[in-house]
Amino acid sequence: MDLFEYQGKQYFAQYNIPVSAGGVATTVDEAVAVALTAKYPVVVKAQVQVGGRGKAGGIKLANDEAEVRLHAKNILGMDIKGHVVKRVWVEHASDIAEEYYASFTLDRAAKQHLLMLSAQGGVEIEDVAAKDPTAIVKLHINPIDGLSLATAHRACVDAKIPAKALDGVADMLVKLYNCFTQGDCDLAEINPLILKPTGEIHALDAKVSLDVNASFRHPEWAEYAATEELDAREQLAREKNLQYIGLDGTVGIIANGAGLAMSTLDVVNQVGGSAANFLDIGGGANAELMTAALEVINSDPKVKSILINIFGGITRGEEVAKGIVEAVKRVALRAPIVIRLDGTNADEGRKILADAGIPESQLTSRPTMLEAARAAVEMAK
Amino acid sequence: MAIFVDQNTKVIVQGLTGGQGRFHGLRNKAYGTQVVGGVTPGKAGQDVEGIPVFDSVADAVAATGANASFIAVPPKAAPAAILEAARAGIGFVVCITEGVPAQDEARVFATLQRDYPATRLLGPNCPGIISPGKCNIGITAGEIAQLPSASGPNVGIVSRSGTLTYQALYELKQQGIGVSTCVGIGGDPVPGTSFVDCLAQFQADPETHAIIMIGEIGGSAEEEAAEFITNHVTKPMSAYIAGVTAPAGKKMGHAGAIVSGGKGTAQGKMDALRAAGVQIGLNPTEAGILMAEIVRTIRS
Repeated sequence: MDLFEYQGKQYFAQYNIPVSAGGVATTVDEAVAVALTAKYPVVVKAQVQVGGRGKAGGIKLANDEAEVRLHAKNILGMDIKGHVVKRVWVEHASDIAEEYYASFTLDRAAKQHLLMLSAQGGVEIEDVAAKDPTAIVKLHINPIDGLSLATAHRACVDAKIPAKALDGVADMLVKLYNCFTQGDCDLAEINPLILKPTGEIHALDAKVSLDVNASFRHPEWAEYAATEELDAREQLAREKNLQYIGLDGTVGIIANGAGLAMSTLDVVNQVGGSAANFLDIGGGANAELMTAALEVINSDPKVKSILINIFGGITRGEEVAKGIVEAVKRVALRAPIVIRLDGTNADEGRKILADAGIPESQLTSRPTMLEAARAAVEMAK
Repeated sequence: MAIFVDQNTKVIVQGLTGGQGRFHGLRNKAYGTQVVGGVTPGKAGQDVEGIPVFDSVADAVAATGANASFIAVPPKAAPAAILEAARAGIGFVVCITEGVPAQDEARVFATLQRDYPATRLLGPNCPGIISPGKCNIGITAGEIAQLPSASGPNVGIVSRSGTLTYQALYELKQQGIGVSTCVGIGGDPVPGTSFVDCLAQFQADPETHAIIMIGEIGGSAEEEAAEFITNHVTKPMSAYIAGVTAPAGKKMGHAGAIVSGGKGTAQGKMDALRAAGVQIGLNPTEAGILMAEIVRTIRS
């Protein structure tokens, strides 16, 4: 789960990482009120989960109330690469002497934590990596050893962080590492990490992605989930506890298992169609789950046909078929269904589907994934 | 022969008295797996349809001589359960638990590496492992796996995805091709056992003559496998990579299945495997058909 900058800064603050005084605002008046507490000059920053907001005019300096009003009015509601700005973060403008970069992630190949540190911050780190890879220090950290202040110090020296900022940055790295591990982040990134003319180190931005698997030990994450930007279909799917991702095509997809669902998208694409979604209903595939899945797909006006791809393992074919028949009776579908049912007791399952008395125009069965995909794509044309 | 587990594997189920543990543990036993005990703290002395339950893995090992464990406990409890099994000297641990935090997985993996190098972990979040006719640990429906034939050729399967593992087993059964062992390594960011671990074992196993690999988007496990295949695998292989059409930045169901920063794409993985001499199917059925051709060539 990706956090907005303001949430990331609030998260950082819990781990004693210094961030600018500020607050979030959803209206111009709120922005003015926040600016007063943060003290002028302030920066008004669009809260969107996409890069390049500065270039798009989503970050503006304001010296007084009139300027805050003007910028907040312009930025709120602005469309930045398809993301509509619903909130701005207003913070006290910082004086910047130097800009650095620091992040922690999990390196899956090495199965260890990875620190990336650079004395060249404030620009896209990918650009730094492309231009001068030696400007980025990469350090693997064994998760059971953790990051000591001494190791952090050494990394700073290697990254050529200037002497005046060494202690401050090393201290910041340990704090950011604690946030990354104890805070269950997939990513904790500060860019830029700034040195102020007064000598203090400070996080001017915050990019935090949380591991939702750890939600059980972070009840405080509930508020982040509430601000996640989901489309109407994704919202409905979440309420029904389904693994759903909205896409732009016309063939609605239901499959059991994440791999099979992904594979179904691929096959639809391979035969010239496009999927309207990814939907994994998991292993069970009973009538309740199937009904919920069909309701979500049915709520998508772009869907012209529905492809159900089920492989019966422990859940036998006849149970799956009964679930589908029951669900089709419960939901008033706008699009025809093509089913591919395979695996344990698939023949019995197909017989139940054939004998259910559902008209061919509403529900047909195909024996293989490829044939089912072809039929569904044909119907979606 | 088979890899990791066979008819001599003695399994205990951690969480045998829970819903999942009971259901799958009993199914594994019915398949013919030696399920010799269960572990649920505080329930020693009870039994689940004749399978004795112990308070700790150490007690279960002492009483039964178990050398493998099947962990079916909630995500909160899984890391401790894995380490308890390792401490008790279990050599092969299968953890099917879905939803273990990545930080916990990384710590568990590092701890096993440092303190219990003799313990191999499969999973978490994996369907398990089956050596058809010998041993089935996990949630695979044993009846969809074709028994290996004494004269061969037999195929080894290694997969990151659950249902696609079954799909691969099923494709081979349709073609009448025997399976030596089928390993589901799981779709999480830090799996205990990797493609490379399984490929090394299959390469060394005289009963395995060819290998099918099912990968998916995210991470670099398939690319690492491709490098290993180039240098160490001489047995013929076919593969399928799921997620060609997956959009960047969206987790496709599995915690590990995400294309980010242009890395981990299906195309990149297919290219790497193709360069390593692996035949690539564009869907699971195609990978099965390619394998059937490989097997026909070996037979003739």
